[in-house]
Amino acid sequence: MTKNELKREQILRISGVNPRKCMKCGKCSGTCPSYDEMEYHPHQFVYMVETGDIEPLLKSQSIYKCLTCFACVDRCPRGVEPAKLIEAVRTIAVREKGANHMKPDDIPALLDDEMPQQAIMSALRKYSKA
Amino acid sequence: MNVTYFPGCTLRTKAKDLDTWARASAKALGIELIEPDNWQCCGGVFSYAKDEIASKLPSVRALIAARDAGQPLVTVCSACHNVIKQTNHQMQTDPDFALRVNNYLAQDKEPTSYAGETKVLHFLELLRDTVGFDELKKKVVNPLTGKKIAAYYGCLLLRPGKTMQFDDPENPTIIEDFIRAIGAEPVIYPARNECCGGYVALEDPASAKKKSSAVSASAASHGADMIVTACPLCRYNLIKNGSELPVAYFTEILAEALGCKSSASAAESLGVKEAAK
Repeated sequence: MTKNELKREQILRISGVNPRKCMKCGKCSGTCPSYDEMEYHPHQFVYMVETGDIEPLLKSQSIYKCLTCFACVDRCPRGVEPAKLIEAVRTIAVREKGANHMKPDDIPALLDDEMPQQAIMSALRKYSKA
Repeated sequence: MNVTYFPGCTLRTKAKDLDTWARASAKALGIELIEPDNWQCCGGVFSYAKDEIASKLPSVRALIAARDAGQPLVTVCSACHNVIKQTNHQMQTDPDFALRVNNYLAQDKEPTSYAGETKVLHFLELLRDTVGFDELKKKVVNPLTGKKIAAYYGCLLLRPGKTMQFDDPENPTIIEDFIRAIGAEPVIYPARNECCGGYVALEDPASAKKKSSAVSASAASHGADMIVTACPLCRYNLIKNGSELPVAYFTEILAEALGCKSSASAAESLGVKEAAK
């Protein structure tokens, strides 16, 4: 098994998503509030994981633009759950040594007086390994 | 009636109004909110990776505290509710996850195990299903008559719909029914269940601005006087990004209607010049 195949297997396993259920209607990307900010869109995540084109996804900033709002999950007519796949790709990316996308030391500069703790906790959970 | 109450990190600090008026309103409704000892932060977001175990233990421990007290676990923050409810669901439905969590719990000073027994209720569900909106209506002493209120659900209360089981994720009614119960008029608008941008506000405020301003503009264009939410981060994003309408927590208008909040202080915290009578 190549490193790429291994990563694909990990993504499928920790997401629990079966990309082959996708009928390529594009509703996930159509409903995605972060579509404009993403280089690869939700439907492309599904297709590229299915075909094993993993590296471009791991390197793309798109994995940090997903809001995990689950619009794509609830609105997918085939129950593919693209957001879970995007989260799995991001998880595999930040679990690499030294690959945390956000570090605690980055936080103070990003704060203002009203920023709720919830935002800090959520961002660290999403962008860094636990 | 006694329930276990999980306030969460933000309600201790930036979202004190959400907590204070939940407590005052519960008291007025004859519900005792009992905080478990030594609860820990839920983490703010649920980790969907099936092999994320340790980060979900604080939620499991809160669920155990409620089970051991023989009470439902009540949350008021949308994020805490989403994380704890999804963790409970995973304990019920994913045997591999449950086994790994229980391996941790077996090492506690007082070993325990958990299988998803606790009922998780959002404060709004407590109002709808336990108190009942008809009963709530009878306890209103200061109805918010004539006030047009836009309910902002966002994502966390509703999705994933199959797990949250909160309301119809595309056409929810619970907050509108709550608004009617306290004598105000709900305003239905298209963006009420769209995302405010959430935690990307920290790293990419421009992205959050785009989403939040679309929500507040949608509510304003449908004739609302104010927006209510259950989520500190939704409230922050809407206000930070220039909502022309005041944004309050649902517990503030509840406390006002129940008469636990003087109309002067209510008006001040709701950002309106004159409180509705």
